[in-house]
Amino acid sequence: MTDLSPAVSALLTGGALLGALLGLLAYVTLLERKFAARLQSRIGPYRVGPHGLLQPIADGVKLLLKEDLVPAAADRTVFNLAPVVFLVPCFLIYATIPFAPGLGVADVNIGVLFFLAVSSMEIVGLFMAGWSSNNKYALLSAMRAVNQIISYDLPFLMAAMVPVLLAGSLRLSEIATAQQGLWFVFYPVIGQLGFVAYVVASVAAENRVPFDILEAESELVAGFRVEYSGMKFAMITLSEYAHVIGTSFLGALLFLGAWSGPGPEWLGPGWFRLKALMMFSLITWVRWSFIRIRVDQILRISWKLLLPLTVLLVMATAIIVVLRGGTGG
Amino acid sequence: MPPETPARAVRTLDYTGSERLTMNMGPQHPSAHGVFRAILELEGEQVVGVDAVIGYLHRCHEKLAEHLTYVQYPSIASKTDYVAAMTSELAYVMATEGLAKVEVPKRAQYLRVLVAELQRVASHCLWLGTWCMDMGGALGGGATVFLYCIRERELILDLFEALTGARLLYGFHQIGGVRYDLPEGWAAQCRQTIDLIEQRLLEYEGLLEENAFFHLRTKGVGVITRELAEDVGIGGPLLRGSGVAYDLRRAHPYSSYEDFQFDVPVEPAGDCFARYQVRMVEFRQAIRIVRQILDGLPEGPISSRPGVKSVAQVRVPKGEIFTRVEGPRGEVGCYLIGDGGPKPYRMKWRGASFSNLAVLPHIIPGHSVADVVAIMGSVDPVFGEVDR
Repeated sequence: MTDLSPAVSALLTGGALLGALLGLLAYVTLLERKFAARLQSRIGPYRVGPHGLLQPIADGVKLLLKEDLVPAAADRTVFNLAPVVFLVPCFLIYATIPFAPGLGVADVNIGVLFFLAVSSMEIVGLFMAGWSSNNKYALLSAMRAVNQIISYDLPFLMAAMVPVLLAGSLRLSEIATAQQGLWFVFYPVIGQLGFVAYVVASVAAENRVPFDILEAESELVAGFRVEYSGMKFAMITLSEYAHVIGTSFLGALLFLGAWSGPGPEWLGPGWFRLKALMMFSLITWVRWSFIRIRVDQILRISWKLLLPLTVLLVMATAIIVVLRGGTGG
Repeated sequence: MPPETPARAVRTLDYTGSERLTMNMGPQHPSAHGVFRAILELEGEQVVGVDAVIGYLHRCHEKLAEHLTYVQYPSIASKTDYVAAMTSELAYVMATEGLAKVEVPKRAQYLRVLVAELQRVASHCLWLGTWCMDMGGALGGGATVFLYCIRERELILDLFEALTGARLLYGFHQIGGVRYDLPEGWAAQCRQTIDLIEQRLLEYEGLLEENAFFHLRTKGVGVITRELAEDVGIGGPLLRGSGVAYDLRRAHPYSSYEDFQFDVPVEPAGDCFARYQVRMVEFRQAIRIVRQILDGLPEGPISSRPGVKSVAQVRVPKGEIFTRVEGPRGEVGCYLIGDGGPKPYRMKWRGASFSNLAVLPHIIPGHSVADVVAIMGSVDPVFGEVDR
């Protein structure tokens, strides 16, 4: 693609990435459903296609054909805009992830920062959805959302800073390259602690059980999306999955050595996807075995436990990096 | 006291930054356990007032009983508490037998205890599953516990199906005894089932009690003090979870309960976790009683009025009676007035869930919305029995 202008090249890569991503996301829902079913001694989707392989397509068609309801008392403009505002940041986070050496939309020098900043933008769409629905469950959920996302983005950021310090760069491709020798998750003590903190904070930032107080269907029915149906509902769900998978990719990149793995070099992207799916399965496993905790307990865990610990961890990492004589893996 | 409807419509703003929100939880809500409606007054996430509304499942059961003969009603009685159908049947049949002075053979009494205890296990399975789903969500770990529990409950329903041909509403009891004897091989299947369930209970306890989040959600939540428990008149696991050692099976044995060895679990804490602990012990004690019955089931007839179909076979004199049995949710009472005819003059249920539900407005205020569903789940109401 060297003879193409940079703009066209970026557009092509972005388009291809988006297409691949949508396919991946559709099948990740099937993966989660099958995984959860096996966990619960069920079979899971089985009717549509062999082993239920066409289920995501059937779901998509069904949601597409559903009636698009807007509550009479809702704020129409904001209500219709919210799923889009929610969707954009959830897909933008993929922009800086290099899926293979040199294969990414934009390998900017502040990759990690971009990811974190954009992913916390989703709260705007969330709050718009909760507020405009004119529903008390949705409103309560939006209030909880603001509380939780602010509380957990800080420890999430701190946990992500550990590999950044170890690699000495915010550029995602450089962090990946720095782990070709030793994955950061295997870095003594600090690596493991950072990884655990990252998983906990990302589960909370993704609003998944045990931190899914926004959706909390046994309390708030469906939370901020209680009034959404049809394609708008599908967009919100898709964005949530996009966020989860994006965070899994980032986790695999920051801690699990991205595309490093045995075998020839062209297997690298495969390894990266596999690791991201492993991260996703870990989060799914947690989701389907824990019960939800209360909003005040979630905030207490974040501010009194997770945030101080991650700050300490970042400080310890910085000291180690300095003592070791500068950055670089 | 809950405010009147017009007062609720006008919302006062005090501009100090706090505003009360009235939120309607139910009657159609994932955690309504049927059709419960709680009108919550919220200050942020905190509940400051609750108005419990019932009556969405009223089916005129007590009036119906006046129009059906003593022989016909038992199979309808099972529809009051449909999660523990055996218990409500037993309460009604015992009341009729008391009025008519009908003897029940020993084997029938033992069979009644057998099904009552199996029903307790099945009912507690459903309670544990739905309670965890209330706390854990249908898209989370709660659903996992729920599906495990339903899997075990199915095994007991299979046993009941083999015994009576029905899986939910049985019509097993009749005046003078029971309708069916144990079929061939049933006892062996029953032993296998209870062995399996006893083993699986350990898995549930591992899944829940070794999880710090479970302790966070249940300990110190929804505390019912001993005084409150006695004042409101709650029963069953709730009462025993509040430190009162009272179990009808021990205090006033019926249907030969005095022949069996079992413990009555008591926990003084009164919170959701205490109620959980009590029910987990009750699982095991019920299984223990079932084992004793399977080991020592006496021979003999299963009914003193075999094949009772027409009310002419049962003469119920004039009089009134109140009988109580210990159901999975507490005391199930049946008050019956006979006027000498084939149908009762008046009938009244004392639903265990109805009395237990009365404690909710006392314990919910001060908790958050998330705790409301946890507390409601720990009370384990069945709305067929509340509204009748």
